[in-house]
Amino acid sequence: MWGRKSLQTIEIRRLGWRFKMRYSRNEMMTIAAARALGNDDVCFVGIGLPSAAANLARSIHAPDITLIYESGTIGARPDVLPLSIGDSELCETARTTVAVPEMFRYWLQGGRISVGFLSAAQLDRFGNLNTTVIGPYENPKVRLPGSGGATEMATSCGEIFIVMRQSTRSFVEKLDFMTSLGHGTGGDDRARRGINTKGPTLVVTDFCVMKPDPKTKELTVVSLHPGVSREDVVNNTGWDIRFNNNPSETSPPKEEELAILRALNERTALAHGGSN
Amino acid sequence: MAQFLSLSAAIEEYLCDGDTVVMEGFTHLIPFAAGHEVIRQNRSDLTLVRMTPDLIYDQLVGMGCAKKLKFSWAGNPGVGSLHRLRDAIEKGWPNSIEIEEHSHAAMANAFEAGAAGLPCAVFRGYRGSDLPKVNPNIKFINCPFTGEELASVPAINADVAIVHAQRADRDGNVLVEGIVGVQKEAVLGAKKSIVTVEEVVDDLATGPNSVILPAWTIDAIVEVPGGAFPSYAAGYYKRNNAFYKAWDAISRNRDIFQSWMKEHVLDVGPEVFANHRNPAAWVEI
Repeated sequence: MWGRKSLQTIEIRRLGWRFKMRYSRNEMMTIAAARALGNDDVCFVGIGLPSAAANLARSIHAPDITLIYESGTIGARPDVLPLSIGDSELCETARTTVAVPEMFRYWLQGGRISVGFLSAAQLDRFGNLNTTVIGPYENPKVRLPGSGGATEMATSCGEIFIVMRQSTRSFVEKLDFMTSLGHGTGGDDRARRGINTKGPTLVVTDFCVMKPDPKTKELTVVSLHPGVSREDVVNNTGWDIRFNNNPSETSPPKEEELAILRALNERTALAHGGSN
Repeated sequence: MAQFLSLSAAIEEYLCDGDTVVMEGFTHLIPFAAGHEVIRQNRSDLTLVRMTPDLIYDQLVGMGCAKKLKFSWAGNPGVGSLHRLRDAIEKGWPNSIEIEEHSHAAMANAFEAGAAGLPCAVFRGYRGSDLPKVNPNIKFINCPFTGEELASVPAINADVAIVHAQRADRDGNVLVEGIVGVQKEAVLGAKKSIVTVEEVVDDLATGPNSVILPAWTIDAIVEVPGGAFPSYAAGYYKRNNAFYKAWDAISRNRDIFQSWMKEHVLDVGPEVFANHRNPAAWVEI
């Protein structure tokens, strides 16, 4: 469903010279997401794309970032990406491992997480997320895994970064189910619900980077990845997507970023007995 | 006080048709060998409770043991769907099942409330989510001191809790190490409990803050080396991620699933799990 892998050659002009670099849209997305994380962040990490981005950040520019997985591992430093949220690498490399009720009560609900990193099957223009069902709840067309930690992450983490592949099937006008609150109906909806965390502040896709409009909270394209046109973004969004006045071009992957990401993916594939 | 039993005797004695059963272990220490014994003994109409149903409940649901599932994240981690579970929910095969769906925070809080002897858990949760609309067991209350609206779910008190752990000593005290999940809460909150362990030792060699289930909190202990495979037991063997990936193809098709279950579950006993501690044997699975 989201298995598109288009390796593209991007021609880049910088400082009067030209070179060609091959990288996939997925790699651009993961690298752009990783750049958003800082050394001082305490990041609650979802499995899959968020985990790849968070560990890439730790390997490049944020060596001291605290990565927390809902299995109870605090300060995990895995050498390969975990396949599950509770792989042994997480516990073996963590500063401490706590029981799951403590993780959700003291650390997440207690307000000790600065960034929650999420993905979803569906997202709407206000960054609300669905990971529960496609179709009606009682008679679903596709039964998805459900909330996991996401529902409370969405309201208890200081802010939320979202990383997910973009298409009209995933970026939709109306969610089939609201698993996790983003900006609700927009504007000050979160505040009116008594929620004092920021909610989604960043969405990174394989086409572009979006941020909520400061007032309406509607997601707005702030940068396009190299080689991506406005039309590409419009054609892959299920609502009438807004663009910043003058969206910039996402800085392309640096050689170092690509090399580290690919090495991480190779070690991971080897460790898990074959590639995905 | 914990009795040392065989796996078949423990399941036979403590788990009845129609029971509410918790088999916990958060990715780590999932009691697969015990789950397989439940399937072999053909238990039915079970209410299965577990945060992440994982392959263990995919197998139980696919073999027709369940009438209801209470859960908070139902996927094959990092791989995709639990196909047997989806087939039961979407198509009613082999039987339709009722689901009660929560978030992780709610389930974790509910296990803790169960251990604490409280009727319900109270936490800051479900704000803005549609889950309360589809699950009548999610309610909201106001803090009597501040007025803040908080979520509440019923405590989890199972008829039987089944967990896997690293070691027991000869008196029946059990040590759990690594990712400890909600196992302690599940056992303390349940009416009866069965613990399978990697090995029984003379001395648990614990520190003062080790996670220990004293013998008097457990009903049955069973030594089943490798009993958490294909999940893992820290200090004994790693998670078999290749198996989790392979399960996707096995479980996708009803016939392939049934023949796999016959060959690897119905026609064998818990002794096969001992081989799983040797990674060299994994390729044959």
